[in-house]
Amino acid sequence: MQKTEIAVIGAGPAGLAAAIEAARAGAQVTLIDENERPGGQLFKQIHKFFGSKEHRAGTRGVEIGVDLLEEAKRVGVITRLNTVVYGLYHDKCLGLACGDHSEDLQTQAIILATGASENVLAFPGWTLPGVMGAGAAQTLINIHRVLPGRRILMVGAGNVGLIVTYQLLQAGAEVVAIIEGLPVIGGYGVHASKVRRAGVPILTSHTIVSAEGGESVERAVIAQVDNRWQVLCGTEQTLEVDTVCLAVGLSPLAELAWMAGCRFSHVPTLGGWVPLHDQDMQTSVPGIYIAGDVAGIEEASTAMEEGRLAGLAAAGTLCHLSPEVGEIKKSEVRDRLAALRWGGFGEGRAVAKRQIIEARCEA
Amino acid sequence: MEDDLLICRCEEVTRSEVEEAIRMGLRTVNEIKRFTRAGFGLCQGKTCGRLICDILIREADMAPSEVLPGTSRPPVRPIPTRVLANRVSKEDE
Repeated sequence: MQKTEIAVIGAGPAGLAAAIEAARAGAQVTLIDENERPGGQLFKQIHKFFGSKEHRAGTRGVEIGVDLLEEAKRVGVITRLNTVVYGLYHDKCLGLACGDHSEDLQTQAIILATGASENVLAFPGWTLPGVMGAGAAQTLINIHRVLPGRRILMVGAGNVGLIVTYQLLQAGAEVVAIIEGLPVIGGYGVHASKVRRAGVPILTSHTIVSAEGGESVERAVIAQVDNRWQVLCGTEQTLEVDTVCLAVGLSPLAELAWMAGCRFSHVPTLGGWVPLHDQDMQTSVPGIYIAGDVAGIEEASTAMEEGRLAGLAAAGTLCHLSPEVGEIKKSEVRDRLAALRWGGFGEGRAVAKRQIIEARCEA
Repeated sequence: MEDDLLICRCEEVTRSEVEEAIRMGLRTVNEIKRFTRAGFGLCQGKTCGRLICDILIREADMAPSEVLPGTSRPPVRPIPTRVLANRVSKEDE
């Protein structure tokens, strides 16, 4: 059977950072991703990141991605692309599917950096071609250079909805409106101002009633809602659009953690069911670590720091770092994480994360 | 909302079928999956799983923390059986 010391599943920002940190400490690391290219969602992030200089604020996600790939190569991370981890079995053995065959990979520690999936809304017409996740639209424009449509309705005014709206405008589409079910805009003010300046109205307390059309979306009906999400009669309006993008949140992709028997907690602030983890990102199953969106929906910058933490911790458990050196390095990362979870938006996540760590310690 | 609204696209299960299952007393995503086949298709409930949780929360008046997702089993991605059957054993050199 093939063996590796540490398997990192998912080569997005969290997985890349974890693999680099563990390999730099001297561990043998295999980084596995089901896609043909590494980077996860990083190469879609053509906007500049926030934070401080240590968090590479002002740098675009794409550039951070290129740097991480080079660094991973330099420190000797073995990267396996087009490879699906289809199962996690007892004693930390992974089932891999690659091309025309499957194989087993025996590991000593596993870092799950599997990311998240987009939530959907079910409304009449939601299965028509032209209704898609906002993340899917972002992949189409920024990776494949294909416009999903000409006239777009964006559902959801969180950061994903706002940023993807701006990028759709840059790609040459018209975004007719952004609607948001809540009475307030969920995303950062700076992103909201940017799309408003570009002339896109943001309608709060509005929902989509239906998408209509023959072969694909031709129009969408929206309406105002009250504070119990009930449509207010007479407020319906029809928008001529060919695309409806859904930016209604993400869910952690945690199947492998469920399979491993990890304990979970339901944390709405972090996207739903999240595996419990300690200060080292270790789950309730010894030797299985998590990092990034699978550990709770946040941002690429926090995902990278969580990855570094998991990579250092896993390498430390396998004696590649002395406990003293490991602790110093980990506490530096924890300080940077705390700095990222600051302010009106970060504070809620900081509180949720503390609760997860406390629940894990009590478990 | 209309009764024939699709919830599980892979298995073509409607919202009214899921609600009927809940009226009959089913209270978990796994039970609803076995009874209606919602979540049994190619995507293994990746799209409809959360929608079904939301319907349970609303129709059965449950707290979100009482509604567990369906059980995860290998394979977590749709993989042809011939790929699983073609199990290659490589030794480390």
